[in-house]
Amino acid sequence: MKVLKLIIKNIFRHKLRTTLTIIGLAVAVTAFGLIQTAVSSWNSGVEASQVDRLVTRDAVTIINPLPYSYLEKIKQVPGVEEVTYMNWFGGTYIDQSHFFARMAVDPTTVFDVYPEYLISKKELDDFQQEGDACVVGSALAKQYNFKLGDIITLNGDIYPGRWEFIVRGIYTPKFKSTDATQFFFQWNYLNEKVKQDFPTRGDQVGWLIERIDKRADPGIVSKSIDALFANSPAETKTETERAFQQSFVSSSSAIINGMQYMSFIIVGIIMLVLGNTMIMSARERTREYAVLKALGFSAKHLIGLILGESLIISAIGGGLGIFLTFGAVNGMGDSIPRSFFPVFEVEPKNLILAVIAVLVVGIAAAVFPIRRALTTRIADGLRFVG
Amino acid sequence: MENLIEIKDVSKSYRRDSIEVPVLNNIDLDVPDGEFLALMGPSGSGKTTLLNLIAGIDKPSSGNITIHGTDISKLSESALAKWRSSNIGFIFQFYNLIPVLTAYENVELPLLLTNLSRAERKQHVESALGIVGLADRMDFYPKQLSGGQEQRVAIARAIVTDPVLLIADEPTGDLDKNSAEEVMTLMQRLNSEFKKTIVMVTHDPHTAGRAKSLRHLEKGDLVKE
Repeated sequence: MKVLKLIIKNIFRHKLRTTLTIIGLAVAVTAFGLIQTAVSSWNSGVEASQVDRLVTRDAVTIINPLPYSYLEKIKQVPGVEEVTYMNWFGGTYIDQSHFFARMAVDPTTVFDVYPEYLISKKELDDFQQEGDACVVGSALAKQYNFKLGDIITLNGDIYPGRWEFIVRGIYTPKFKSTDATQFFFQWNYLNEKVKQDFPTRGDQVGWLIERIDKRADPGIVSKSIDALFANSPAETKTETERAFQQSFVSSSSAIINGMQYMSFIIVGIIMLVLGNTMIMSARERTREYAVLKALGFSAKHLIGLILGESLIISAIGGGLGIFLTFGAVNGMGDSIPRSFFPVFEVEPKNLILAVIAVLVVGIAAAVFPIRRALTTRIADGLRFVG
Repeated sequence: MENLIEIKDVSKSYRRDSIEVPVLNNIDLDVPDGEFLALMGPSGSGKTTLLNLIAGIDKPSSGNITIHGTDISKLSESALAKWRSSNIGFIFQFYNLIPVLTAYENVELPLLLTNLSRAERKQHVESALGIVGLADRMDFYPKQLSGGQEQRVAIARAIVTDPVLLIADEPTGDLDKNSAEEVMTLMQRLNSEFKKTIVMVTHDPHTAGRAKSLRHLEKGDLVKE
């Protein structure tokens, strides 16, 4: 601690260089934090998935619907407590840029199977009683200023036509990771219209979701469900909700991996920026280090001086970067549609990652200067002309 | 008078590429306690190398160097560093003060390696700066001082730990005549008044003349008196 004053004075010996290095570090750490936040958000669906939920879809592709009649059969499978279903509606609200998930659901069971979507009893009753009622997530309501009683008009694409819904409920998320950007309306409302306009497409659902007994083995229950429909025209594939979500995310794994690599390349760049500064500083101080060694300062002292300087610079730059990350994430979260990243915020694990990155950078940047300071003979160092 | 420095059959050579270059050849030298010895010689004669060996910042290829009863040629690097901090005071040609530290802080540097309290360090630093006549410049940075003043701060740094031996490598080499006189007067005072043993390398006969004794080196050999 006695040499802390010297460390601090050394840091600000070249104010412009140190300031630029700190700014460089801050920008890089902010970029690192932003990318890590985006990756986490991408995976938030997987993180939010429940262990006691299974998803049953067509064995070939989720695009193929399943017969509604599967519902009753699945209910009979041992271990299954409740079953609900969903149907991707698609469509557009205003234009293509206003994207959010629009689902036709079973209003009587969806909130039982998804208890993390919190809705008042009155709003749920209203939703269940009116055919053209809809429920929206609180984040979506905030984004578009939807209020109870508002009419939302969608233009159908998979199900052509002009569709009008009345907002009868706004659900709130139970957990931070819960998606609050969904739009639910009654499947019956969709089915009735489809049966009128496209009779062959009636009585079909996109996928079914089972809430199972917590003591039940998800693997056995999944096999039991799929066995029911083996060799039928619409064979099923049942898996845990996590696996189901993972299958969506894994289709984008190349992008996610690319983003991850990019974030670690950024750490490498920070290392080079700080390393360059530290190497220049250590080279300029070759003679001073020789003097300190001559005066009796040991290797431990020199390591402390150089490592301390590197760590303090990286801590200042990293701290500033982490601080800026919160602002950048908030700013970005406000500017991108919530539906793309329902949960877009700095997670503790990303903060820990950023702190670790800053520490690693601080230590790694000091390695070469320390080596140089320790291996230069005092006599050679005293003769050094920088 | 008892010898403070005993150099027995010391040789030093350096390896440049694959060639062994001898710098000092079988040097024997005794320096009594309280001596003020000047080492002279042409460039490349090995005088700075001998000074470095005495100061413990380099090690002999063979032979023994005993300072104040300690055979420093047998000490490890870390032990040697510790030994230097309490036994040697350095005065360099180019002062070698740390530019971001004030005169006070530069003089305090060697004391940071001791267990002295802040108050005790302050007392020592003020005393050392007082001896060199710079008590009123302790808050000045090196760039705010003249060359002579910088060298006097360096001398204060060298004596602040009260070492048994002062090592001076061309202490007036970068100074004008007046400043050089002041520095040499100060060094003489340190030797006579404070009984400091001094070994000084110089190529200036006038400076060497201020020492009590003089030895010459020629091509790595100590010239017989």
